[in-house]
Amino acid sequence: MSLMEPQIRGIALHRINAMVLRYWYLLVSSWPRMLELIYWPALQIITWGFLQSYISQNAGFFAQAGGTLIGAVILWDILFRGQLGFSISFLEEMWARNLGNLMMSPLKPIEFLISLMVMSLIRLAIGIIPMIVLAIVFFKFNLFGLGLPLVAFFCNLIFTSWSLGIFVSGLVLRNGLGAESIVWTLMFGLMPLACVYYPVSVLPYWLQLIAWCLPPTYVFEGMRALLFDHVFRPDLMLTALAINAVLFIVSFASFLGLLKSARRAGSLISGGE
Amino acid sequence: MNPAMTLDALRPGSAQITEPPGSAIDVAHLVKLYKTNRAVDDISFRIARGSITGLLGGNGAGKTTTIAMIMGLVLPTSGKVAVLGHPMPAESAQVLGRINFESPYVDMPMRLTVRQNLTVFGRLYAVQDLRARIAQLASDLDLTDFLDRASGKLSAGQKTRVALAKALINEPKLLLLDEPTASLDPDTADWIRRHLETYRRSRNATILLASHNMLEVERLCDRVIIMKKGRVEDDDSPQQILQRYNRTTLEEVFLDVARGRNREQAS
Repeated sequence: MSLMEPQIRGIALHRINAMVLRYWYLLVSSWPRMLELIYWPALQIITWGFLQSYISQNAGFFAQAGGTLIGAVILWDILFRGQLGFSISFLEEMWARNLGNLMMSPLKPIEFLISLMVMSLIRLAIGIIPMIVLAIVFFKFNLFGLGLPLVAFFCNLIFTSWSLGIFVSGLVLRNGLGAESIVWTLMFGLMPLACVYYPVSVLPYWLQLIAWCLPPTYVFEGMRALLFDHVFRPDLMLTALAINAVLFIVSFASFLGLLKSARRAGSLISGGE
Repeated sequence: MNPAMTLDALRPGSAQITEPPGSAIDVAHLVKLYKTNRAVDDISFRIARGSITGLLGGNGAGKTTTIAMIMGLVLPTSGKVAVLGHPMPAESAQVLGRINFESPYVDMPMRLTVRQNLTVFGRLYAVQDLRARIAQLASDLDLTDFLDRASGKLSAGQKTRVALAKALINEPKLLLLDEPTASLDPDTADWIRRHLETYRRSRNATILLASHNMLEVERLCDRVIIMKKGRVEDDDSPQQILQRYNRTTLEEVFLDVARGRNREQAS
């Protein structure tokens, strides 16, 4: 009953499609899920947008670099929602107690992870596009006005979000739903060090050393350089990309290690907490 | 090459797969330790292709862990498992497309309809002419009336039938079933058993089932492996086991084993 399907280096597209279809069915079957994707980003942009409007009326510094806060909010949401989109799709399998079915099917871990990446992009698009439109309509801030550098910002942020998503999913796989809270909180732990709303120079020297190990720090510094000084810093983006590559490899290796450990501990059949 | 050993279909990821001769499942000195608990304790058995084997035992006897190790969901502490001639989990990629399973420890996604679930799993297994396959399974397992209902809104019996449909979607050569008729009324359970028998005969498939239902095992199985505290307590055809224990039903044998009466005491 099987047929030959196209594969790239042993990765079968039909299995990735099957998983994306599974998450798509789930997403469209539940309007609260869909609404939640749009609701929080919209609330974020409205709150921060009005704050930026108020500050820029009263402080010359912010008036000079209109949109810094709004830009930071949107880029932060790409990072945050990218990771959440990845991890929530993974958690759906844990909640549904479906992981055993998947792990016993021909689906390979890499195919599973690719499908989660695709879903993170889809979920991100559903949440971010209305956010960008609201920023244009209410606050006259057009994210696409950043031009080509936006592509570099986006790629770096999404790679970081996937790396963290892969690592956290591995932790949940190994430790069960008791580790679920890491999914929701990990990114907030990075926020102060990623210097989303302020320059790295604000941090004490020893924290700056840690901050420069995180790819998002380079993106937010790059965004400020673009908005304040109207300069695109490719050096920052390339360094971020290099750190992201290392982060991605380490996360993937960790996921495989945690999966093996889950098989050893019997977590795939016990699931739960 | 023996033509009987050649699969009738091309599989994803390989030009053409040939099945090595030998048993469907080969378990050798399998041990599973969870910290200090010996869930499975040095068991060995071979299961012939085309047979139905029952794995019997009380709660905590090690049946589910054994099945999970055969499937590759749990890694053994020591010992070896080969499925359809391939060592697991090293060569699992060559096996997983040709086996399937059903277990009460695993659910189908509840928000998806039955049809959506079967479509997703059919695609995962690269099933050709999937619509026709789903229609066939719906007809065989009487799912037609609720194909477009969310899986979470089905009765226990309906859910079991859907799980069985998922387990049969790729027409597996080896089917692993953990309590396949648990929570079913006698009529539906009987109907499922008949379906499994027909499936085995028509596809020469191998079935390994763990069950607490002694009547089911007596009726379906060519062979029974009785487990207790992680070890194989007995292993033979149902008739031979009944004779050995001088009992008329497997339920009586089960009670003998569970209560620690050996064959001599029982007889």
